[in-house]
Amino acid sequence: MPVLNAIKLFAVLVSLAVLAGCATPQPYDYSAFKESNPASILVLPPVNKSPDVKASYSVYSHITLPLGEAGYYVLPVAVVDETFKQNGLMNAEEIREVSPQKLHEIFAADTVLYIDITEYGSSYMIVSSEVAVSATATLVDLRSGKELWKGVARASSAEQQQNSGGGLAGLLITALVNQVINTLSDRGHEIAGIASHRLLSSNTLNGILPGPRARPTTAR
Amino acid sequence: MNRIRTPLYLVALAVTAALSGCVTQPEPLYYWDGYQQQVYQRFENTNSTQEQITALEESVQKARAADRTLPPGFHAHLGMLYAEIGKADQVRQQFETEKAMFPESAEYMDFLMRKFAK
Repeated sequence: MPVLNAIKLFAVLVSLAVLAGCATPQPYDYSAFKESNPASILVLPPVNKSPDVKASYSVYSHITLPLGEAGYYVLPVAVVDETFKQNGLMNAEEIREVSPQKLHEIFAADTVLYIDITEYGSSYMIVSSEVAVSATATLVDLRSGKELWKGVARASSAEQQQNSGGGLAGLLITALVNQVINTLSDRGHEIAGIASHRLLSSNTLNGILPGPRARPTTAR
Repeated sequence: MNRIRTPLYLVALAVTAALSGCVTQPEPLYYWDGYQQQVYQRFENTNSTQEQITALEESVQKARAADRTLPPGFHAHLGMLYAEIGKADQVRQQFETEKAMFPESAEYMDFLMRKFAK
């Protein structure tokens, strides 16, 4: 009888574990990221798949803040863009084709971040119009060529003003972003700031890990 | 009883104070000021190089007064703008500052200084 009871208990425990497994979202596999342990990120000009030509530079000028506050050294985006131009690479699609080896040779960054903008600007519907920005990001190690992390985010003017998650550090960055956007009248650029913060802050679920310059409070 | 109650009350106060201390927002790592807008204006080409330099120089003063660190890329960006108006000494100074603050940038800063020297 004690053996049977033990088996029953085991079965209950296993089924509980399975159920608990179902309830939690798929956790991101950070093993390659942790092994790489990057300190610096070279962000390339985002490839724009939306009809708005302003999208790429709009998002590009927002990404330093979330990544910097996440604890990484972000190579100066305008200077990086200038270096590509001086080498005859005038647009984001051409720059995307540059090999990781070549990028590492010039910029000596640990990683490269590729961004694709899948949606930017206004879409007009029958009852309302909204301004939305969606983007995906892929972080690749420039030394090994391995993919370390992938993320996706969207922000829209149709949302209620709310905390986008991420606890105190999230609130802090939201406040910083709001400070910036309150001085602008460009709604697409404003929403791009929120989307960039959601995409690249280190305190979101399955987000980028905190970098070496991060304060201990922002660690997960 | 009264003797016990008073310390407990104090403990409760201390705990509340400690908890509210936790709620205080952490200070950002960097003094961003108008840097992100300056990057955007540079891309949008809405202001002259001199106007962009003036805005960034003001941020340098404000950060110094507040005893805060400017964000990664700030000094390199300012160095690039100085290069455009031919202020060679300031170019080198800004790139060297970026390098000293963020050693991760060293090789790229050296690359830029070699390019500028040509």
